[in-house]
Amino acid sequence: MLDIRVPIGLLFIVLGAILAIAGPFVSQQAYQDHSLGINVNLWWGLVMLAFGIFMFVLGRRGTSAVRSTEDSPEGRRLEETEEHREREGGQGPRGH
Amino acid sequence: MHLTYIDWTIMLVYFVFVLGIGFWLRRSIRTSTDFFLSGRSLPAWITGLAFISANLGAQEVIGMGASGAKYGISTSHFYWIGAIPAMVFVGIFMMPFYYGSRARSVPEYLKLRYDEKTRGFNAITFAIMTVFSSGISMMVMAKIIQRWHIFDGVFAQLNIARANIFDASIVITAIIVLVYILLGGLTSAIYNEVLQFFLIVAGFLPLVFLGLKNVGGWDGLKSIVPNENFVHSWQGMGSPETSPLGVEWFGLAMGLGFVLSFGYWCTDFLVVQRAMAADSMSAARRTPLIAAVPKMFFPFLVIIPGIIAVSLPAPKASGEGTGGGATVTETQFGDKGLVPIKVSETTDQPVRNKDGKVEYDYDLATPMMLLHYFPTGMLGIGLTALLASFMSGMAGNVTAFNTVWTYDIYQSYIHPKASDRHYVWMGRVATVVGVAISVVAAYVVRNSDNIMDVLQLVFGFVNAPLFATFLLGMFWKRATGHGAFLGLISGTLAAAIHQGLTLPIGATASFIKGGWLAKALGMSDVLHVYSKDMAQNFWTAIFAWTTCFVVTIAVSLVTKPREDKELVGLVYSLTEKAHDDAKTWYQRPATLGIVVLAMAVILNIVFW
Repeated sequence: MLDIRVPIGLLFIVLGAILAIAGPFVSQQAYQDHSLGINVNLWWGLVMLAFGIFMFVLGRRGTSAVRSTEDSPEGRRLEETEEHREREGGQGPRGH
Repeated sequence: MHLTYIDWTIMLVYFVFVLGIGFWLRRSIRTSTDFFLSGRSLPAWITGLAFISANLGAQEVIGMGASGAKYGISTSHFYWIGAIPAMVFVGIFMMPFYYGSRARSVPEYLKLRYDEKTRGFNAITFAIMTVFSSGISMMVMAKIIQRWHIFDGVFAQLNIARANIFDASIVITAIIVLVYILLGGLTSAIYNEVLQFFLIVAGFLPLVFLGLKNVGGWDGLKSIVPNENFVHSWQGMGSPETSPLGVEWFGLAMGLGFVLSFGYWCTDFLVVQRAMAADSMSAARRTPLIAAVPKMFFPFLVIIPGIIAVSLPAPKASGEGTGGGATVTETQFGDKGLVPIKVSETTDQPVRNKDGKVEYDYDLATPMMLLHYFPTGMLGIGLTALLASFMSGMAGNVTAFNTVWTYDIYQSYIHPKASDRHYVWMGRVATVVGVAISVVAAYVVRNSDNIMDVLQLVFGFVNAPLFATFLLGMFWKRATGHGAFLGLISGTLAAAIHQGLTLPIGATASFIKGGWLAKALGMSDVLHVYSKDMAQNFWTAIFAWTTCFVVTIAVSLVTKPREDKELVGLVYSLTEKAHDDAKTWYQRPATLGIVVLAMAVILNIVFW
């Protein structure tokens, strides 16, 4: 079972960490040339990291997990009705 | 492009995650409903984000930046008029029939409501269109990777010739998308779309922030835009000449607002499929409404960079973006800020139009902005966000294709009554074939310019009449299969004829630009000249829709309709109204719809 917030959170944690850690290693000249002197890697990296943690925690606690239709009673009922409909041959006459 | 290992690591991490999600989901994909419709088990917020992300392919992120550079904030009309009303409509009024009929695809709804031939026509045209779109996404992405030397460093390290970059990009992304869809079906595609949504925000929010800070905020931008109508979405809309879009308000409202946008959002299986994957009727109806909220604010992320790009002073030639080794052509700039002059791939000379003026490569507005404001690190994030949007655009098309192929073509006409496992297998085969055809399409489309215009053109031909068909089908029980079928065909023909007999200013007759029918018929001149090609597209759509509408009604009135009891759940007048017994206000589709529309109106007023 995989709640989608878990991989999203993980990805942002990893990417945020990469940015924030690499941030101070990029030359100040690069920041002057591009991002108006702001160390955007560090700041935005931290924001992404925080967001990632937030999503991850939500995901571990949440209930949006995906399951196969074979694993839930609604899913099985759904499969039955769909099969039943197909066996009946669909609705109405075929064309006119 | 000065990419470093930081940027490549970021991209690699993203690819690993995308594949990882596919592998992890494999065990929960067993039935065909799992593979094609995510078991109809996803909550509304996921399907809502997937709904707009599926739409956020190559044409959106880069195309909107290009339009922003070309037309200014009027481009937001694509969103505020072009999308929001349609999304609200499909959520509240059409979802009950899509979801309630248990149709597994849009063509299947047509079969339930009308007949087989209507379904067949839609299934086949849609299947072709969707692999074409997928190929276009692939091609645009590979071109960008090649032109901006994104993988040059990696290739140099591996001692592979640079000439292979285009092919490698196509093959690598094709394989990645192929693998994760094979493994996890629609769910995999949806998860990656939601991931892509957050990545786009992560990549573009800082860009807008830095760009606006650089020019002095919105007021600062207002003072440096090339044309003051760039910062107003409705000014100059009185006539085609003063409007930056080249279309006056009636053409805009009818063409864009009504026909094209409703045609897309209400009938295109690519997005509707995401809503069909929802876990309940209420969730399915709320999906487009939830999607409408970020959609409304996306202009700020993708259009504003385009406006800034064209307003900044042009960089010195060969400065931006060509660093890192010898290049074949220097990037040349004119008077359009960061937007470079378009250079023909074949002759390496600037492309000029009929009057000899140079053309600009507006599609490069957004990438140029990324290069301008992002140091290495952030640049990796921005590029990964772009790659993600291309790949998920492709994936959306491939999942729509494999579903339509398996259910509407294969199961209907080739091999009905097979086991469920067989159809899952077929879905996987269709995925491989779909990706393969997309790759071929990518190479075929490689040498055409103006991709957005081509797509709009094709959508106009096919989608505009289709919307009339659905409208009549869902709200008029008297509409018949013969009417629908003939309406669709005549609408599509009307679109082709209109486009063939008109031309936009400054264009010579060709299939893409129009006027080809006039030429073929030996006419001395076209019937009408439009001031911009977008205007021509809008009017083509209007003609197509109206023709389909009229013909469908006319033919339906003289053919025998189906009995009422067969149409229960498929037509408005024969279906019980949905009861919104949800607890909170934002869970009730009608209330949510009103809130969304109100927000859209306010945005229009603010940017008047």
